[in-house]
Amino acid sequence: MSKPILSLNNLRAGYGQTEILHDLSMFVQPNEIVAVIGPNGAGKSTAIKSVLGLLNISQGSVELHGEVITNTPAAKVVELGISYVPQNQNVFVNLSVKENLEMGAWTRPIGIPERLNDMYALFPDLAEKRNQTAGSLSGGQRQMVAMAKALMVDAKILLLDEPTAGLSPKYRSEIFETIQKIKNTGVPVLIVEQNAKQALAVSDRGYVLVDGANRHTGTGVDLLADREIARMFLGGGH
Amino acid sequence: MDFGILLYVLSLLTVGGIYAIFALGLNVQWGFAGLFNVGIVGFAAVGAYTYALLTTAGSTYHLGGFGFPLPFGMLVAMITAAIVAGLIGLICIRLRSDYLAIATIGIAEIIKLIFKNETEITNGPRGINKIPRFWEHFSEERFYSSWPLSWFGTPEAWDAFFNSLPNWWWQPFFASTVLLIMYVIYRMLERARIAPWGRMMTAIRENEPAARASGKNVTARRIEAFVIGAAIMGLAGALFAQHLRLIEPTNTFDPAKVTFLVWVMLILGGSGNNRGAMLGAFLIWTIWSASELIITGAIDLLIDIFDGVDMGSLRTRAGFLRMMLIGLLLQVILQKFPRGILPEVRPASPKGIK
Amino acid sequence: MWNSFGFEFINFYFIPGLVLGCIYALGAIGITLTFSILRFANFAHGETMMTGAYLTWTVMAICSGVLGFAVHPLVAAVPATLLVVLLFLVTDRYFYKPFRQADTIKVVMASFGMMLIIRSAVQVIWGPNQLTFVPGIAKPNAYLKDWSGSIDFLLLIPNKHLFIFVGTIAFMMALSYLLNKTRIGKAMRAVSDSPDLAHVTGINVDQVIRATWIVGGACAMAAGVFLAMDIQMLETTMGFRMLLPMFAAAILGGIGKPYGAVLGGLVIGLAEELSAYPWIGDGPLLSPGYKTGVAFAIMVVMLIVRPQGLFKGRSF
Repeated sequence: MSKPILSLNNLRAGYGQTEILHDLSMFVQPNEIVAVIGPNGAGKSTAIKSVLGLLNISQGSVELHGEVITNTPAAKVVELGISYVPQNQNVFVNLSVKENLEMGAWTRPIGIPERLNDMYALFPDLAEKRNQTAGSLSGGQRQMVAMAKALMVDAKILLLDEPTAGLSPKYRSEIFETIQKIKNTGVPVLIVEQNAKQALAVSDRGYVLVDGANRHTGTGVDLLADREIARMFLGGGH
Repeated sequence: MDFGILLYVLSLLTVGGIYAIFALGLNVQWGFAGLFNVGIVGFAAVGAYTYALLTTAGSTYHLGGFGFPLPFGMLVAMITAAIVAGLIGLICIRLRSDYLAIATIGIAEIIKLIFKNETEITNGPRGINKIPRFWEHFSEERFYSSWPLSWFGTPEAWDAFFNSLPNWWWQPFFASTVLLIMYVIYRMLERARIAPWGRMMTAIRENEPAARASGKNVTARRIEAFVIGAAIMGLAGALFAQHLRLIEPTNTFDPAKVTFLVWVMLILGGSGNNRGAMLGAFLIWTIWSASELIITGAIDLLIDIFDGVDMGSLRTRAGFLRMMLIGLLLQVILQKFPRGILPEVRPASPKGIK
Repeated sequence: MWNSFGFEFINFYFIPGLVLGCIYALGAIGITLTFSILRFANFAHGETMMTGAYLTWTVMAICSGVLGFAVHPLVAAVPATLLVVLLFLVTDRYFYKPFRQADTIKVVMASFGMMLIIRSAVQVIWGPNQLTFVPGIAKPNAYLKDWSGSIDFLLLIPNKHLFIFVGTIAFMMALSYLLNKTRIGKAMRAVSDSPDLAHVTGINVDQVIRATWIVGGACAMAAGVFLAMDIQMLETTMGFRMLLPMFAAAILGGIGKPYGAVLGGLVIGLAEELSAYPWIGDGPLLSPGYKTGVAFAIMVVMLIVRPQGLFKGRSF
């Protein structure tokens, strides 16, 4: 087992007085896709947000490359190389695609033209729409913009919050394909997903969250094969 | 002279009481309902002008005056202000707080604009004078020669009686009247605050979506609060007109001296707390008038020291310095003591809010 | 067509309306930027404009009184701009920033207080009476008069108005370049779009806010000086008088839309002037005393009918 890039250790966290994560531990290693699945309200998105310093961690720690970054403000976390794509409102709708990507590079404003070209290569759809406003794009395309925007910095890891929520099946597959492509460029990905089946299928490992704590851990394939999980989240056994 | 101090205190109580009524009105709008009204001066002007036109003796300079009894004038002043507020409320109340602020400050300016331009009705910038003041008005011939005073004595007797009184005789009575009105409004608002209506207002202010979801007509409740607050402000405006006896659109109804001072009073005293509103009003008004004495004294001293140097301009500017200091006071309160001296106390509601 | 009707209409109503519109437009840019990026209606904006005009007057007075040469207001405005921007930044740091995470209304209240503080400070320093900004009667530009007269299209436009037109256009071009071509300008649009997303994208929001005050301050400064050039005098109430029309312009154009604010400003300025034109009969359509009311009426109608403004800005 190689050293993890990002690890969450025994986190207790929440908004204000309300604690949502009670005892959460997970880690992401280089070159892997990790999926976090679980029922609504299990704290999946909260887990990601706690990394970004968007809520208050009362116990436990978040480590990036072994360095503790618990409760670091979001802007700083991004600068450290953790890129995050929120579930909703994840693009600047009044900015063009190109401008969105440029904003993504805010913390590392050098070599932007080269990286823009890299992104257009990774997301060919965006290349032709680069001068359109992001607000004029379809949901799937917006998701692409959001991911490309997040990759404009030298991301050490990419966090995706429900990237396929509300998308058509066609776009869903496309997004999962892209996530694999991103992994192949050397950026590990942590995805929080409702579409557990598809997410686990592309993931190397997965975590099943229930009530703010991890219930099961295993490789994507193992979790997919697990009867209990299948019954709970995957819509019937197989 | 002790006697001068007594009169000074009476005047502090009178004006402080009028401001306290304004602050109570604002507390209904802001403290109870969270409506950011920065057009207080507009409602004050509506109340003052309504009262003035209805109660002054007939004049060739402006519409009327109609010479109606004073309480009637005050009642109609409240109603007029309430109607104006109702119209504004129907249009603006659903707006986000910033927009409501812009809209109310605009409406106040428009109201003043109307009073300034409709010279046929209001005598324009020259204003309306000889506005009857409660108690003092009895010493005017048109009042002592008509009922109810005429039931008790002949005009000649009354004339002689009033001439025998010292010229400040009405001051304690007027001050008491203002304070009594203030007290009555305070008691009524306290009742309203503890009643289901008041608790509902708190619920709406705290969590509007939840209040809406539980089927409350949020907009209607807000308009109610806006209208009630405005009616109280209209009444305060009528008392303001009585106190001044001469009103005109620009300087009398300076937003800085009405709207702004009232806001500082409420915030200092404690928004949401009726006692706080009154305390803040008396406190700020005392500071305001005392600072006038202090600054004038300081300038006199300076003039004595630098004999011959023209200090005249200092006098005119001293008032602005005061306003600046009050503004800074507001910033300090907002940042350091946002809950005010007497913070809001939640009415107990054992069964939750219905 | 170019009869006495057209001559009067263009020179005495349309051109002055356009001048007023330019002033409102520049002021409204600052308001719309603050509204969309810092998310509050800044009531102190008009007072800052007014302060800028007074500072410019002071620089002019020092130049002619102490140094012995007269300078054009637009030259004097340059050093004064720095002071106004500084005033904005200091105000933000000490009076608005403490409320960044708090309820919007707190900062609106603080700005309402700043309005009074700044105005009172100006009244204490410069006194409450009117000051002459530029003496004398502004004569129409002679070249333009001769040329337009020769083609039966007589235009009487004083130089001060030409300066205002050119200055406004120059400001617009600079602003457009800033917002569309520079990194900080794009970031301003991004924050205006979604502050939360800007935050998790790593954009330095504090830096963007500072830039907003600088841009808004420069525009407010220009608006204040143009206004003083136009009316040729200074009054401590001039900022407050501008406030409502500027809010109206910003709302009309759509909050967060600088071009919308400009268009809104022009519409409001023209509407105010043209409302006094004798459209029906001989008297003015609306008594000039009610000019301010026109801006307000337009704003209220807009808030009812289309709160997001002409350009589909943010509506709260």
